[in-house]
Amino acid sequence: MGGLEQWNWFLDGWIILAGVLCAASTALLGNFLVLRKMSMLGDAITHAILPGLAAAFMISDSRSSLPMFVGAVIAGILTALFTEWIRGFGKVDEGASMGVVFTSLFALGLVMIVQAADHVDLDPGCVLYGAIELTPLDTILIAGWEIPRVVAVLSIVLLINLLFVICFLKELKLSSFDPALATTTGFNATIIHYTLMTLVAITAVASFETVGNILVVAMFVVPPAAAYMLTDRLGRMIVLSVILAIIAAVTGHISAITVPRWFGYHSTSTAGMMAVASGLLFVAAALFAPRHGVIVIFFRRQILAWKILAEDIIALMYRIEERDPQQKPDANYLREILFSRSVPTKLTLHYLTKQGHIADTNGNYELTETGRDHARQLVRSHRLWEHYLVEHAGMSAENIHKQAERLEHFTDRQLREKLNEDTLDTDQDPHGSPIPPEDEIR
Amino acid sequence: MRAFALVLLFASFWPHCLVFAATESGEIQTQESITDRSIAIPEWKDWKRVFLLQDYNTRVVILGTTLLGMAAGMIGSFALLRKRALMGDALSHATLPGIAIAFILATSLGLNGKSLPILLTGAAVSGLLGIGGILLIRNLTRLKEDAALGIVLSVFFGAGIALLGVVQQMQTGHAAGLESFIYGKTASMVASDAWLIGSAGLTCMLISILLYKELTLLCFDEGFAISRGFPVVLLDMTLMGLVVVVTIIGLQAVGLILMISLLVIPPAAARFWTEKMAYMSLVAIVLGALSGMIGSAMSAIFPNLPSGAMIVLVATTMFLFSMVFGIPRGILIRKLRRHQLNSKVDRQHLLRGLYEYLEARGLLHDKQTAESTFVPLSTLLQMRSWSPAKLKKIVKRAQREQLVVALQEDQIRLTRSGLLEAARIVHEHRLWELYLITYADVAASKVDQDADAIEHVLEPEVIAELESLLVRQSTVGVLQSPHAIQIQQENTNPRQSDSRRAN
Repeated sequence: MGGLEQWNWFLDGWIILAGVLCAASTALLGNFLVLRKMSMLGDAITHAILPGLAAAFMISDSRSSLPMFVGAVIAGILTALFTEWIRGFGKVDEGASMGVVFTSLFALGLVMIVQAADHVDLDPGCVLYGAIELTPLDTILIAGWEIPRVVAVLSIVLLINLLFVICFLKELKLSSFDPALATTTGFNATIIHYTLMTLVAITAVASFETVGNILVVAMFVVPPAAAYMLTDRLGRMIVLSVILAIIAAVTGHISAITVPRWFGYHSTSTAGMMAVASGLLFVAAALFAPRHGVIVIFFRRQILAWKILAEDIIALMYRIEERDPQQKPDANYLREILFSRSVPTKLTLHYLTKQGHIADTNGNYELTETGRDHARQLVRSHRLWEHYLVEHAGMSAENIHKQAERLEHFTDRQLREKLNEDTLDTDQDPHGSPIPPEDEIR
Repeated sequence: MRAFALVLLFASFWPHCLVFAATESGEIQTQESITDRSIAIPEWKDWKRVFLLQDYNTRVVILGTTLLGMAAGMIGSFALLRKRALMGDALSHATLPGIAIAFILATSLGLNGKSLPILLTGAAVSGLLGIGGILLIRNLTRLKEDAALGIVLSVFFGAGIALLGVVQQMQTGHAAGLESFIYGKTASMVASDAWLIGSAGLTCMLISILLYKELTLLCFDEGFAISRGFPVVLLDMTLMGLVVVVTIIGLQAVGLILMISLLVIPPAAARFWTEKMAYMSLVAIVLGALSGMIGSAMSAIFPNLPSGAMIVLVATTMFLFSMVFGIPRGILIRKLRRHQLNSKVDRQHLLRGLYEYLEARGLLHDKQTAESTFVPLSTLLQMRSWSPAKLKKIVKRAQREQLVVALQEDQIRLTRSGLLEAARIVHEHRLWELYLITYADVAASKVDQDADAIEHVLEPEVIAELESLLVRQSTVGVLQSPHAIQIQQENTNPRQSDSRRAN
């Protein structure tokens, strides 16, 4: 690990702490932005604060940071407000109204700055956009401790956000998922919404000022999205998103120092690498999440497909046996009827043989006792369903086969009994084939 | 030296954009003083020069932005309907790592890292990767469109920033200069830029016209498009590819924010004027062209107004105008329609209240008595949740329409036309109640509210159909009286429920 020998707990410790505080406070609120489908709000606010800066500069005629901060927060809140209004009154889609608002505000800010401060060095890059690497240099004295201003500011923001989320968790949950219900149960979803938007604006601006904008935009969306992949419960999602954000911040800073060394460069932008780290965490979560992960879903579907293929094979063998007890089909014969591909068919046949459902005699297969039992139940489900579909759902006999083919795989004994009771007492399905009994009559 | 006019770093480096914005206006009219903050009123010759397109520079700029506005308007309307209005935003951020990598690769191979084709190729490749990311996240996970855009935007942009951090330390190549080629400078657009925008924009428009039907289907009913066997993923990628092309040429020429706004604002404004896709893209094209034209003309006439920002603001003005005054979907027209419906509902409720009052007292058999009986407002007030002020307003409106006549402050009676209208309304209300009881199996005690919700919007054809359907059924009862009365005798339950609710 080249580069870590220059590790300095005083410098890097503060940088990591600032990154962690920023990531945690933004991710906390980001959960609700993702749930409300407003993920792009962070990005919109970064662009839209420009007129606030310009107005603050015009009014105060100075570049001190407090008026700038207030102006930016107000512009950020206005962004959320205008977006909501245009969406509500104009019936414009959320993303579009956000796009209209932030580009217009940015353009307005540009014009204001050119008018008000032409050739005066009003440079948001210097005034408002801090860099996380500079964290340890700007310190203030609190209770005898010399701590970076950034850390102090972000701790306060985190505390406020934490209090807000803990105190109003129930309200936030309800108003994120069902604003109408929230309003009918007696608290005002609109107030919760605007409070949330105000906090988002404050958090965003406080973080731009201290650690730069890209980290904010990333942390509002990526850790909550990753957490959303991992769980279905809001409480867990919030906790997970904060943990993921913290991990991303720590690994981001370490990799900003180490990774460029592998290629012979010095360290690179910490904020950029933190965003990349959170992106990698998201990719991992999206792929391997236990319930909603892409790979997990893929395998679950694959296993289901194989299970269905196995059931189709033994049901088909049962039908062949029913027609001609002497015929022992081989793999190709089965494959042609089932339209299945050769590798899965062979694997499934192998699996069935191992399970003892079928017996393999030189490439020709026949059902064993257990296999025949299982197959008879499948065929019984199939034919009972056909019967039921014709009798009760009023379908014509030509269309029922496909439906029954699907339903037979999810029908257990209890349901078969019920189907048998509900249909007319008969031992033949609508096509004229016999419905086999539940247990073999010996 | 076109390479030096290239756009390189985007949103996080506004200062440079500001510098350009500040200097670009000076190209048309040299400034007297650097501290001059006012907008000077231009002289006649300036107006003439701009409107007659006498300046070569103005001509090129106006032509270029107009063409860009048209292309962006057309592509943007598809993106908007696909709920991907901010895709331009995400994709333009996603080009950053591609540009940085292209620069690194080119420099380490000994080529000129700042040559335009190399950097544009890098931008396009990483833009396409961004598209792939968005599509994968949207199609494979349970995350929505907006989260996919946000993730791709921030992670790609973060990677770009990190790569630029590396680029700055490179020994070879003048990386230090990269940051200064921020944003496009509309006012310094040269003819070849305008031609590039024009040809690429026209190609994009041509492709979207050729795929018009498919893209429209994709935007409105993706499921149907899949079931009809259209290659939906391919179409989706084509649409996003068009957005990438328009965004990249636009970025190069006019800048990030302007590009996003041209993709979003004209289509969003066009949406207020029409319900038809073809008209919508047409209106969006016109609006985009107009905002490009007016915006750059304004910045050419007035010193100190940056042209990119002016184009956005012109587009925003059009958007706000459309949002308020747009005809089928604007705010005013919807408010007006709602108001009309509300007053119609109130009028009908008033008439029905009067009619039921008379009916309950058996005063309906004789038209003379019905028309000369005065009903006190206080009883009507009890029948509905009206405030006295509101009831007065409703009565006044009904008076103007000559449906009721007020004797004193608090007594009104129906006129002849009012009585007819009231009988019709009550008849329709009860028809619907009867229908709900006979066909929808709604309990008789509940039908009144259900009928209340729908009676005001019943079409005459529906009434006629109900009439033939129900009257045939109800012939078992007494059949001498006219329809309205006949239903009312048949159907006593709803009436009871009426009076119950009225309490």
